Amino acid sequence: MTDRTIAIDYITRVEGEGALHVTIKDKTVKDVELRIFEAPRFFEAFLRGRMYTEAPDITARICGICPVAYQMSSCNAMENALGIKVDGQLRALRRLLYCGEWIESHPLHIYLLQAPDFFALPDAIQLAKVNPEAVTKALQLKKIGNDIMTLLGGREIHPINVRVGGFYRTPTKEELMTLRPRLDTALALAEETVRLTATLKYPKVEHDYEFVALRHPDEYAMLDGEIVSNKGVKIPVTKYEDTFEEYHAPYANALQSVKKAGRTSYFVGPLARYAINRDKLTPRAAKIAKEVGLEPVVLNPYRGMIVRAVETVMAVEDAIRIIEQYKQPEKSFVEPPSKFAGGVGCGISEAPRGILYHRYRIGADGLIQEAKITPPTAQNQKRMEEDLRDLISKSLDMTDAQLTTACENSIRNYDPCISCATHFLKLNITRE
Amino acid sequence: MAAKPKLGVWKFASCDGCQLSILDCEDELLAVAGALDIVDFREATSAIAPGPYDISLVEGSVTTPEDQQRIKEIRAQSKLVIAIGACATAGGIQGLKNFADVEDYKKAVYQHPEVVKTLTTSTSIKENVTVDLELKGCPISKYQLLEAVSSLLYKRAPNLPTETVCVECKRKGNVCVMVGYGTPCMGPVTQTGCGALCPSYNRGCYGCFGPQDTPNTASISKDFAAKGMTPAAIKRVFRTFNANALEFKAAADAAEPGRAPK
Repeated sequence: MTDRTIAIDYITRVEGEGALHVTIKDKTVKDVELRIFEAPRFFEAFLRGRMYTEAPDITARICGICPVAYQMSSCNAMENALGIKVDGQLRALRRLLYCGEWIESHPLHIYLLQAPDFFALPDAIQLAKVNPEAVTKALQLKKIGNDIMTLLGGREIHPINVRVGGFYRTPTKEELMTLRPRLDTALALAEETVRLTATLKYPKVEHDYEFVALRHPDEYAMLDGEIVSNKGVKIPVTKYEDTFEEYHAPYANALQSVKKAGRTSYFVGPLARYAINRDKLTPRAAKIAKEVGLEPVVLNPYRGMIVRAVETVMAVEDAIRIIEQYKQPEKSFVEPPSKFAGGVGCGISEAPRGILYHRYRIGADGLIQEAKITPPTAQNQKRMEEDLRDLISKSLDMTDAQLTTACENSIRNYDPCISCATHFLKLNITRE
Repeated sequence: MAAKPKLGVWKFASCDGCQLSILDCEDELLAVAGALDIVDFREATSAIAPGPYDISLVEGSVTTPEDQQRIKEIRAQSKLVIAIGACATAGGIQGLKNFADVEDYKKAVYQHPEVVKTLTTSTSIKENVTVDLELKGCPISKYQLLEAVSSLLYKRAPNLPTETVCVECKRKGNVCVMVGYGTPCMGPVTQTGCGALCPSYNRGCYGCFGPQDTPNTASISKDFAAKGMTPAAIKRVFRTFNANALEFKAAADAAEPGRAPK
């Protein structure tokens, strides 16, 4: 028989635990299942009965890599339910905190998780033996992102300073300005990262993706905006669930999303944001993207590394702008309304890995009655499987070991966060 | 020179944040990697070598039948097991399911609850196997992690304070948020380690490092009630990231004594 099964039991250098199971029969790929065996943690269940003010701290614990994203999307949702708006310097501080998370998370993925693939090395520690300068600089850049989060959020993992309506305490101008010289260093390091990633040799492959990202009239969207795709979606966040839906693939402890119409896949994250918001890049980010010849819409998923690097430049530039224009606001948060009859609120923001949607139903007593959370990795899962199916069908001549490596590399393009999707990959290729 | 100690980093039910703390030691990461032989750390490396391990860092809580078995195997292969973080030391936020009906939870989240394998409880590592050292916190302090690892390398006792957040907060010179602003604060009953962060940012401590050795939870609950917190609200503050730590569990049960602890 020519049938075979290939199994990756534990995909490494991703966040969380998952496996991949592939069945190949008579030279055709039958099944590609990304199996997420990360233990379920039931956030949406135990959020019921908690006070709405607790959601930012509780949902941050879904993911230690992108806690700020959870805090921002949950705050957006609660503020939407309460009918309050966070604007001006408080909004700018939120964007600064989020820039910190991007500046930490993108270099983590580029250098520590993905770059070793391009040198056929197992990890960044080995990479540091070959190229100590690059790894040292990467860690320096990542650290500056963490410095922003530590100053503004109290700590880099599960910051403590975010609350519905704003912050517990806003920093003084002087405190923020201490970051300024380090951000100049970060800008140079981030630009160097763009040049470095642009010189790597990428596999030649392109897909006709539907990219979905937020779009904001004034900025490269991060905190909020309209949901826009390159194939005609243009909706406010309140229409998210009318347009996209989640279903539970029985082989995984996570939920996958599709577009309701046609049940097709879509792709969120840096490639999508860049395709939709390229005109909103900050000046140096736009300039360096041009300098390295980055195409206006990147359809090669491996080249996402370059896009992450460009976004890092953007985040550093924006952090500098926010700090320079900062004036400490009189109040650190917007008060919730004195009377609240309860209601539903939804919120979305751009986690480093893509859009993160939250919806809550809150009672008049302020307790959460229902919670729904859709993380970026759940939204990308179907598209990841399609990329893998295509890769495998074109690579049937490879040995199991080669194919396993190729699949793992493809999965890392998505920087999947399985903790978020509850959610890790284990590769299992069956050739029947 | 003696061989470098072999390190394994293991994940159970968790957010990955505590193991990320290792990668967040940007200034020390390459030194740590030089002093130890990292043989299994799947979030960071594809190079996986078999045990036994000199040191195992275990993140996360035990929530599935497979994990009950896996932690036993890790223990059998490890000279020292260090449980890191609130999930590994107290069952974590997912330990809230210990007070609920898990079938109901499965139905609330998944369309195919029947395929989701989970135990009715989320338990700490020490409830499953013998643990040699615990680092508390949600997340852990990376400085405490570096202290624990270097103490083992130099064969000395780790310096991990067990005083309350309150003591550290006083030393920092913060205005007490309870006395000064009437803000409920878990600092008097919570173990230090975070740097008294929340009160330094004008908010009350929310107990993410779990109970200190001898916490007077009855007294603080009385004070919370005097500040206008309802019994249900007092119960909630003890039932967060360390809900199954004994002292916090008892305090939550005592907050609403009329209701049977479910």
